[in-house]
Amino acid sequence: MLKSRFLMVLVFLLTFGVFLAACGSSDEGEDTTGDSGEGSSNEEASGEENSDFSVAMVTDVGGVDDKSFNQSAWEGLQAFGEENGMSKGEGIDYAQSESDADYATNLNRLVRQDYDLIYGIGYLLQPAIAEVAEQYPDTNFALVDAVQEGDNIASIVFKEHQGSFLAGVAAAKKTTTNKVGFIGGVDGSLINKFEAGFVAGAKSVNADIEVEVEYAESFNDSQKGQAIASNMYSKDVDVIYHASGGTGNGVFAQAKDIKNSNPEENVWVIGVDRDQHEEGQIGDTNVTLTSMVKRVDIAVQNVSEQAMNGEFPGGEVLEFGLADDAISIADTNEEAMTDEITTAVEEWKEKIINGEVEVPSTREELESFIDAL
Amino acid sequence: MDYVIEMLNIRKEFPGIVANDNINLQVQKGEIHALLGENGAGKSTLMNVLFGLYQPERGEIRVRGEKVNITDPNVANAQGIGMVHQHFMLVDTFTVTENIVLGSEPKKAGTVNIRRAESQVQELSERYGLNVDPRAKIRDISVGMQQRVEILKTLYRGAEILIFDEPTAVLTPQEIKELIDIMHSLVKEGKSIILITHKLKEIMEVCDRCTVIRKGKGIGTVNVSETNPTELASLMVGREVSFSTEKTKADPKETFLSIKNLHVKDGRGVKMVKGLNLDVRAGEIVGLAGVDGNGQSELIEAITGLRKSDQGTIHLHDKTITNLTPRKVTQSGVSHIPQDRHKFGLVLDYPIGENIVLQSYYREPFSKKGVMNFKKVYEKAKALIKEYDVRTPDAYTPARALSGGNQQKAIIGREVDRSPDLIIAAQPTRGLDVGAIEFIHKKLIEERDKGRAVLLLSFELDEIMNLSDRIAVMFDGQIIADVKPEETDEQKLGLLMAGNSTEKAGEQ
Amino acid sequence: MFSSRMFNILVPIISVLLGLISGAIIMLIFGYNPIAGFAALWNGAFGDAYFFGETIRQVTPYILSGLAVAFALRSGLLNIGVEGQVFMGWLASVWVGISFELPMIIHLPFAILAAAVAGAFWGFIPGLLKAKLGVHEVIVTIMMNYIALYLSNSIVRNLLSDGADRTENVAETASLQSSWLAEMTFYSRIHYGFIIAIFMALIMWFIINRTTTGFELRAVGFNQHASRYAGMSVGKNIILAMVISGGFAGLAGAMEGLGTFGFMSIKSGFTNIGFDGIAVALLGANTAIGVILAAFLFGVLKIGALNMPTVAGVPTELVEIIIALIIFFVASSYMIRWVILRFKKEGK
Repeated sequence: MLKSRFLMVLVFLLTFGVFLAACGSSDEGEDTTGDSGEGSSNEEASGEENSDFSVAMVTDVGGVDDKSFNQSAWEGLQAFGEENGMSKGEGIDYAQSESDADYATNLNRLVRQDYDLIYGIGYLLQPAIAEVAEQYPDTNFALVDAVQEGDNIASIVFKEHQGSFLAGVAAAKKTTTNKVGFIGGVDGSLINKFEAGFVAGAKSVNADIEVEVEYAESFNDSQKGQAIASNMYSKDVDVIYHASGGTGNGVFAQAKDIKNSNPEENVWVIGVDRDQHEEGQIGDTNVTLTSMVKRVDIAVQNVSEQAMNGEFPGGEVLEFGLADDAISIADTNEEAMTDEITTAVEEWKEKIINGEVEVPSTREELESFIDAL
Repeated sequence: MDYVIEMLNIRKEFPGIVANDNINLQVQKGEIHALLGENGAGKSTLMNVLFGLYQPERGEIRVRGEKVNITDPNVANAQGIGMVHQHFMLVDTFTVTENIVLGSEPKKAGTVNIRRAESQVQELSERYGLNVDPRAKIRDISVGMQQRVEILKTLYRGAEILIFDEPTAVLTPQEIKELIDIMHSLVKEGKSIILITHKLKEIMEVCDRCTVIRKGKGIGTVNVSETNPTELASLMVGREVSFSTEKTKADPKETFLSIKNLHVKDGRGVKMVKGLNLDVRAGEIVGLAGVDGNGQSELIEAITGLRKSDQGTIHLHDKTITNLTPRKVTQSGVSHIPQDRHKFGLVLDYPIGENIVLQSYYREPFSKKGVMNFKKVYEKAKALIKEYDVRTPDAYTPARALSGGNQQKAIIGREVDRSPDLIIAAQPTRGLDVGAIEFIHKKLIEERDKGRAVLLLSFELDEIMNLSDRIAVMFDGQIIADVKPEETDEQKLGLLMAGNSTEKAGEQ
Repeated sequence: MFSSRMFNILVPIISVLLGLISGAIIMLIFGYNPIAGFAALWNGAFGDAYFFGETIRQVTPYILSGLAVAFALRSGLLNIGVEGQVFMGWLASVWVGISFELPMIIHLPFAILAAAVAGAFWGFIPGLLKAKLGVHEVIVTIMMNYIALYLSNSIVRNLLSDGADRTENVAETASLQSSWLAEMTFYSRIHYGFIIAIFMALIMWFIINRTTTGFELRAVGFNQHASRYAGMSVGKNIILAMVISGGFAGLAGAMEGLGTFGFMSIKSGFTNIGFDGIAVALLGANTAIGVILAAFLFGVLKIGALNMPTVAGVPTELVEIIIALIIFFVASSYMIRWVILRFKKEGK
C-alpha cells in the first residue's frame, strides 16, 4: 500500500510539473510581451511621461476589502492612479497576504516585478519591510502605521490618539449612562494609542465617565467583536468605539441587532479608520455615531505623488495629524451628532491643534493625564 | 423440470485468485437448496454474483428461464431475489416496521405512511408464522427475532427466492428449530430457498438438494435423501472426515488453574461472576457449558487480565495471577484463544505474519533493542503457517483477507506454539467448517496429551460433549454442576444450563 | 485490460488533470486567461531561484506538521492540536533563541530541542486525558489550540518583550537562517530547516515501520482490543503517540521561529500550518514519503498562488477556489478509480 501510494503521489507530482512546465514555457514569452504591451498601450492612452512609474501595496491579513485601512490605502492608490491614467495591473496594484509568512514573499514579488514604490500597509509588515528594504536598496518602500529606519523607507504614521480623543469627547457628550466602551484589535503599542486618546477625551469632558476597555486579540474575528459588544451593551455601555479592523464588523452587527429588536434602545458605535457610516445603517436610522477617520488614502496619495516627482521622503517619519486634515471626525450622521456635540468636538480640536492640550498616546501618559485633570 | 434460478458456468476472478471456476447451480421452484462448502470455498462470492454485488467474468444467470443481467442488488430485488445476510443490516433505534420499509417507504403526501406499512408487516408475519411485533424497537428484540426482521424485509420487497447466508451461526438451538419451521412454511407458500451453510446436520434436516463447491470449483449436486453426512463431508473437504474426535482417556495431574470465590462485573457495572470456584488440572480438558450471557466471557476476561475482578483469587500453579496485566498473565504461561477473533484475536489490518508474533513481538529474536527484526518475524510466521496449514497467498497478506477458518488456525498456531501451561479456548470453532473444526479439536487434544490444562468455552453442546474430560456448567455467574460427559447427555446438560440443579436433572 | 500498476499511475494523472481543467473552466467562466493563470502559478513557485527558495521555505513546516498529524493518525488519534503545538514550539524556540548566549553548536540544538519538548508537552496533555479519562482528543486539542494562541501572545507581549508586538530576533547562534542559501536564492527565506524536516521524515518512517514501539503504536491504531489482548498498554501508547506527534509539531514551530521569521510576533489568528498539516497527512496517506510529497504540493500551490493575482489578475478568492479544486481532485482519486472501473466494465 505504501509503495503504490508513493508511486501515485510521485507520478502525480511529475505530471503536475510537466504540465505546468509546458504551460510555463509556452507562456513565458507571451507573459513578458503582455506586460510590455500593457505598458506601451498605457503610454499611448495617457500620453504622459510618468508611464514608467509604478506603485503597489501589500495588505496585511485583513485583505483589501477590510472596510478599514487596507481598503482606504487602496482607495488612495486608486485615486492616485486615476489622476495619472493608471489602473489596477497597469501602474498600480495590490497583493493580499493570507498569513504573516506571506508578507516578505509578496513584497519580494512586487520588487521583482519592478515596482518603484511599494507600500506595506499595517504595522504587521514592519519586520518584512525592514528585511526586504535592506536587500533591495534601489526600491522605495513606505510603511503605514509603524516606523522603520532606512534610507529607502518612508514611515507613515498617524496621530490616532488625537482623533481618538475627539471620539472620546463625542462619546462622553452622547452617553446617557456615563458608561462608554473601547474595543481594541490586538493589545499593542499601536492600538494603545487609540485607547489612551479615547479615554483621555471622554474623561476630559466628564471625569466620572467609566470606560470599559477590552481587546479581541484579533483584527479579523467579527464574531468575537460581536460577543464583546453584546457583553458591553448589556452592562449599560451605550457608546462603543472600536479600533479593531474587521473585528469591528461584529460590533456594528450587534448594535444593529439590538436596534432591530428594540428601536428605542440607545446604542452607538464609533467607527475607525474610514467613515463607517454605511456599516451602521439600519432602516432609517444609523447606529454609527461618528468615525475616527484616518485618511490613509490621503497619505498614500501624497507619498505616491512625491515619489513620482522624484521627491520620495526616504528615511523620514511622516506624521499625519489633525492639523493636516489626515485625521478627522466624521459628521455624516447629522441626526446623532447634534450641534452641541460638534461644537464641543470643534473646541477640543482647536485646543489640540494650538497645543493647549497634549493628547496622551500611551497608557503611562494617560495615567498622568488623568491625574492632572 | 422448472428451475427458478440457474447459474451456468459462472467464473469470478479476483486479483490473484479464481473465486468461482465454472460453477453451476440450479434451484427448483419450492425447494430448499443447500450450498455447501468450506470457508473460503466461494459460496459467498457465488451468492454475491447472484445478488448483483459482483459481476461474473463468464457465465450466465437465468431467472425463471429468462437470461438476466444482474448489475446491482436493485435488479436482483426486481427479479424477486432477496438475501438474508449473516450480519444483519438493521438500524438499532428504529422499529421493526421502520427497518423493513427503509428504502421503499410507502409515501402519502410526502410523508411515510407507517400505519399502512405496519399492517402489511403484521400480515406477512402471520402468514409465514414469524411472530414479529411490527412496533418493537430492534435493540429490544433477540437476535433470532432480528433475523426474522431480515426475512420480512425480503418478503416485503416481494422476494420469491430467498438466500440465507449461514443463518444458524448466531442462533440458539431453540431458535434454530424455529427457523427451520419458518423455512418450511415459506416453501409451502411457494418460495424457493438457497441455504448457504457448512453445517451438515442442518442440510440433512431441512434441505431437498445440495450443491457442493470446493476451492472455487463446483463438485456436483446431490439429492439429500440419497446421501449421508459422511458423504457430504468428504465431498466438501475432498477427503475422509471423522466426526467424533478420537481421544484416549485423560490422565489429569496436579491442579493447575484454581479459581476461588471470584466476583467480576461487566462493562456496565453489572455483577456477572458471583463467587465462582473452578479448578482445571494439567492434562485435562474442562468444558465450560452454559447459555451465553451467564458470565462466561467475564470469567475468561478476568483470568486473562483483560478485566479486573472485584473479589476472589486466581492461582496458576503456585503463582497468584489475580488482576495482573494481560502481558503478565501471558508470561505466566497462559494462552488465550479469544471468543471474538476479529475484535481481540487479530489486528486485521496487519499481515498474517505479524499477527502470528502478536504475543511475542517484543522478545528476541523478533525485537532487539527496540528495533523489529521482520526477517525473523516472517521466518517464524512462515514456519507456523506451514505447520498449522493456514491457507494464505503468503505471510504478507493482511489477516482481513483470510477466511475465518484460516484466521483461527493462525491464532491457534500462535497460542499453542508458545508452549503454554494453560490454554483457554473460547468458542475456538465458531463459524468454522468441518475440516477446520476437526483440525482444531485434534490440536486441543494433542495439547492435553502433552500435559497441558485446557479450559474450553463453547455454546455447541456437541463440541463440549466430544472434547471435554469434565464439564462445568455455568449459570448466573456460578458453576452449578461438574459432570463427566460419559455420565450425562445433551438433554440433561440443557436442563442444567437452564438453571436446574444436578439433583433435579438427575430425577428427570 | 489495465494492470494495477498502470492503474496507479493513471489515477493521479487524471486527478491532477481534472483539477487543472476545472480550475481552467472556472477562470474562463469569470473571464480570465487560464494559461496565464497557471503560468503565473508555476512561475510563482519555480519561476526563479527566489520563488523556488520561498517554496522550499513553505514546504519545510508543512512536512513537519504533516508528519505530526500522520504519526498520530497511524496510532488511531486525530491530533487537531498540531496548530497549538506549532505555537508552543515556535514560542519555546524563540525564547531559548533570545534568552541565552551560547556557542552555536549548543545553542541551535538547544533551541530546536526546546521547541520539540514544548510541542510534545502540548501533545502530552490531551494524550493523558484520553488515556486516563477517555476524553476525546479532538475536543481537547481544539481547546488547547486557543490556549496556545493566547498564551503565546501574552508571553510575547509581557515576558519576551516590553509590551511590544514582537520579540527581538533570535541570536545568530540559534538561527537556522543561512546567508549563503539566501544569497543563492536572491534573498528568499529558505533556511537549513529543510534538512531537519527531511531527517524527521526519516525518523518517523523508522519509528513507525522499524521499531517495536512503532509496531505497538500501529497495532493500537488499528485495534485497541487486540492490542490489549496482546499485552500492550493502550494508554501508554496513546500518550506516546501524542507526545511524538506534538514533538514533530513543535519542530514545525521552530522552523518558523528560528528559520523563516527569526522572531515571534503577536498573532491575531492561527497560522494554519497545523490545520494544513491535516490535509498534508491525509493526502500523503500518513506515510513519511507521502507527507513529503504532499507538503511539496501544498507549498507549491500556496506560494505559486500568491503570484496569480498580481501577474495574471486572477482575484485571490478565485485562486483559493482553484487551489481547493486541485486538492479536491487529488484527494478524491478514489472517485476517479471508481469511474475508470465502471468504464472498464461497460467496455466488456
